[in-house]
Amino acid sequence: MGENVVEVSEQTWDAEIIGSDKPVLVDFWAQWCAPCRIVAPVIEELAGEFSEKIKFAKLNVDDSPRIAGQFQVMSIPTFILFEKGEAKRRFMGAMPKERFVDELSEWLG
Amino acid sequence: MSNEYDVLIIGGGPAGLAAGLYAGRSMLKTKLFEKELIGGQASITDIIENYPGFPEGITGFELAEKMREQAQKFDVELDMNEVTSADLSGPLKKVTTPDGEYTAKAIIIASGVRPTKLDVPGAAALTGRGISYCATCDGPFFRDKRVMVIGGGNSAVEEAIYLTKFASKVTIVHRRDQLRAEKIVQDRAFKNEKVDFLLDSVLSGVSGENSVSAVTVKNVKTGEEKEVGVEGIFVFVGNIPNTELFTGALDMDEAGYVITDDALMASIPGVFAAGDVRKNNLKQVVWAAAEGALAAVSAEKFIETQE
Repeated sequence: MGENVVEVSEQTWDAEIIGSDKPVLVDFWAQWCAPCRIVAPVIEELAGEFSEKIKFAKLNVDDSPRIAGQFQVMSIPTFILFEKGEAKRRFMGAMPKERFVDELSEWLG
Repeated sequence: MSNEYDVLIIGGGPAGLAAGLYAGRSMLKTKLFEKELIGGQASITDIIENYPGFPEGITGFELAEKMREQAQKFDVELDMNEVTSADLSGPLKKVTTPDGEYTAKAIIIASGVRPTKLDVPGAAALTGRGISYCATCDGPFFRDKRVMVIGGGNSAVEEAIYLTKFASKVTIVHRRDQLRAEKIVQDRAFKNEKVDFLLDSVLSGVSGENSVSAVTVKNVKTGEEKEVGVEGIFVFVGNIPNTELFTGALDMDEAGYVITDDALMASIPGVFAAGDVRKNNLKQVVWAAAEGALAAVSAEKFIETQE
C-alpha cells in the first residue's frame, strides 16, 4: 500500500470523506477484484501528482459493505468524487492515467 | 531514451505477452502498450482449466501475472498507456501515446476485443448498479440474490456457474433454443441446481430506481413478454474487436477483425495481428499465446529481410 492514498472505512468515513476540506476521490475496491489490483498503482501515481487538489482514498467493500450499499456500488473498481460530502462524479473500470485526468479535469484545472 | 524499437506490440493480453516473450527472447528491442488490464480478458476469468501445464487449473489473474513476468524477464518494456494513433504506412511504423511517439520496424496488433454492451431501454443508467460485464469483479455483491446471465456461449455459461457461489439463483437467458458453450460446460450448468434457463429469449428492458430490480424478458418465438425480478444482470453477448485505430488502413472483415496471411501478416508488410483481434481466432488463451509466438517469429523474419 502506498502512502499517498488514505484507506477509509465505515468508522472513518464521516471524518475523512464527508468532512474533507478538499474534494475526495474514493476508489471502491476488493482483494478479489483483478482490475482493482491492476489499477491501484495508477491511483497511487495520481495521488502523488495531484494531492494538492484532490485527496485520494480507497474503501474496501468487503470491510465496509454498508457504505458500498449506500452508494449502490455493485461493480468494482468504482470511483466516486465527493465534494463537501456530496457525490459529484462517478465512473468505473481500470483505465490509463490520462483517462482519470480527463474524468477529474473539473477538479484538477 | 531512444524511442526507436524493433517491435511494438499493441495490447497486453495473452497474445501480446507471448509475442513480447518471443520477440524479447530473440533479442529484439520490444515495447508493449496496454491501456487497461495486463492479461486482457483472461485476467478477469475465474479459473482457466484448459491452458496446458496447469492440471489443477489456474486463475486468469495468476496466469496473466506469470506471462507478464516471463515477458519482462526478456526485457520487454511494458507501457501502461493507451495508443491514440498509429501510422502504418511507411517502412518505419509509428505509434503515439499521451507520453510520446515511438517507431518500430514491425508492429504486432494484439489489441483484443471488448464486450458488447447491453443495448436495451434502461441499461445505460444502471451499468455498475446491477449490470455487470465481469463476474469475478462483481459476483460477491450478489450474495443470496437472484441474477441473470445473458448469452449462451462459453463465457456466459462458465460465469453463470461461477456466480452460483454467491447468488441464490442464476438464470441464463439465451436467444436461441440451445446453448453454444462447449458440452462439458453445458453439462455442469445443467447439473447445477441453482442454474435455470430462459431459452429463445432476449432482454427487452431493465428497470430499477437506484439499482436493478427487474427485467423484461421477451420470447423471440411467441413475442410474449414477462417481467422477472432480479438484482444482477451479467452480460456476455459477444465481443467487438478493438481495431478502430486501424480502420481504413488494414484489411478487416465486416465485423472489424483483422485479416492476415498464414504468417499472421496483415495487409501492410511489417504489420502483424495475433489473438482475439484476428479473424478466425478461436478465442482461447492457448490459441492467443500461440498466435503471439507466431506473430513474433514472423516479425523477426520480416525484419531480417529488410536489413
